[in-house]
Amino acid sequence: MWYLAAVVVLASCGRQTEQVVHVAVAANCTEAAKEIARIFEQQEGTRAVLSFGSTGQLFTQITQDAPFEVFLAADQETPRKAVTAGFGLTDSVFTYAVGKVVLFSTTLDFTNGEAVLREGTFEKIAIANPSTAPYGAAAMEIMKSLALNAHLARKIVQGNNITQTFQFVETGNAELGFVASSQVLGRDPKSVWIVPQPLYSPIRQDAVLLKKGSENKAALAFISFLKSPDTIKIIERYGYVGTP
Amino acid sequence: MFVSGEVGSAIRLTLLLASITTIVLLLISTPLAWWLARSRRPWKEAIATVVALPLVLPPTVLGFYLLLALGPNGPGGWVAGFFGRRSLAFTFIGLVIGSVFYSMPFVVQPIRNAFEAIGERPLEVAATLRANPWDTFWSVAMPLARPGLITGAVLGFAHTVGEFGVVLMIGGNIPGQTKVLSIAIYDYVESSEWSQAHILSAGMLVFSFAVILSVTLLEKRLRRPAA
Repeated sequence: MWYLAAVVVLASCGRQTEQVVHVAVAANCTEAAKEIARIFEQQEGTRAVLSFGSTGQLFTQITQDAPFEVFLAADQETPRKAVTAGFGLTDSVFTYAVGKVVLFSTTLDFTNGEAVLREGTFEKIAIANPSTAPYGAAAMEIMKSLALNAHLARKIVQGNNITQTFQFVETGNAELGFVASSQVLGRDPKSVWIVPQPLYSPIRQDAVLLKKGSENKAALAFISFLKSPDTIKIIERYGYVGTP
Repeated sequence: MFVSGEVGSAIRLTLLLASITTIVLLLISTPLAWWLARSRRPWKEAIATVVALPLVLPPTVLGFYLLLALGPNGPGGWVAGFFGRRSLAFTFIGLVIGSVFYSMPFVVQPIRNAFEAIGERPLEVAATLRANPWDTFWSVAMPLARPGLITGAVLGFAHTVGEFGVVLMIGGNIPGQTKVLSIAIYDYVESSEWSQAHILSAGMLVFSFAVILSVTLLEKRLRRPAA
């Protein structure tokens, strides 16, 4: 009995002293961040605990004292806002990836993606919520550049974040949707239309060290790991443009 | 009070969804509750348990299955085919279907309790007066079960107004079609538009208070003469 109690106490102590960093991750980066966290733990012996959500949603949580130490956003504006509002460290902001928007479908042929979009013979097109998800805002920008926004407005369904948007398309409930290129790796190229860059401004995704993590060595280690060649390789493998 | 177009449409949509859901639920739940109250079949409690499941299940479970069921590969997609559509997800009808499952226990339970509380006696008396079962049901059981029916209707309505998780998963956030109040509030909070969120949330607080209080008072008043 004593032995058991000792084990329990020791185990809980162990958990408390274990080096951990809490990272808020924009949903588009889910898969890449998991991989980064895995390699990070292998190399540094430190665990990165990841929480996913839309950029806006995570920001709201940060303003309400969420226990996040590093924030990987899907835009530049939100980390800047975090700094202005006093939650992030001014000099810590940097771009960790540049994202690409793609149009994706499990049923349609996107050999000529723009034409499919213009014809508009589909029922529902999924985008992420433009007011909280930068990829959703980019999707709106693309439709505007093509002068299709009024035409497609009635067909738009919104995912709560880019992961849910992808799932709407994946389950076939929407025939097509604007998602992140990192979500369609290894898909049939015909099912993906890589939206040409002039149609939207590049999605520069910034990271910021939050005040809660400023004293945590693990958080500092994670930030510098994010800038390492290893990470950039992972970022690029997941369909982003890395920024050395 | 300032009500922008978007807020107004969310309120209208929510009230419409709750009203239609309540009507559908009363039509389904009344015979079901009657059967649950009167049947002697041993497996009826299994059916009652299935009806009660949404009380315990996370809305995400219901939302997940509904998403698949309403989609092009599920029965919902098959039904949607008759209207020339692919999926019932992201439609008002889809929300009604989801809400009916989600709120059903809140309607079935009070009605069943009311039917059970009547007991055998009044029904036997009606039978000796040569009322057929149909007559007995309408002129004896239904009037006696009125408090349960009203409670069930109010709770079903209120619970549908308060629905969130299921709608988040199958709604697609379409203004005027699937963007109900709870989703609009969530949206405002997530995009840091807190003044709008405050207005709607305070409204919901008042509404919920009024609903629960009126159910309690109603039950008291309706029960008194019988006691």
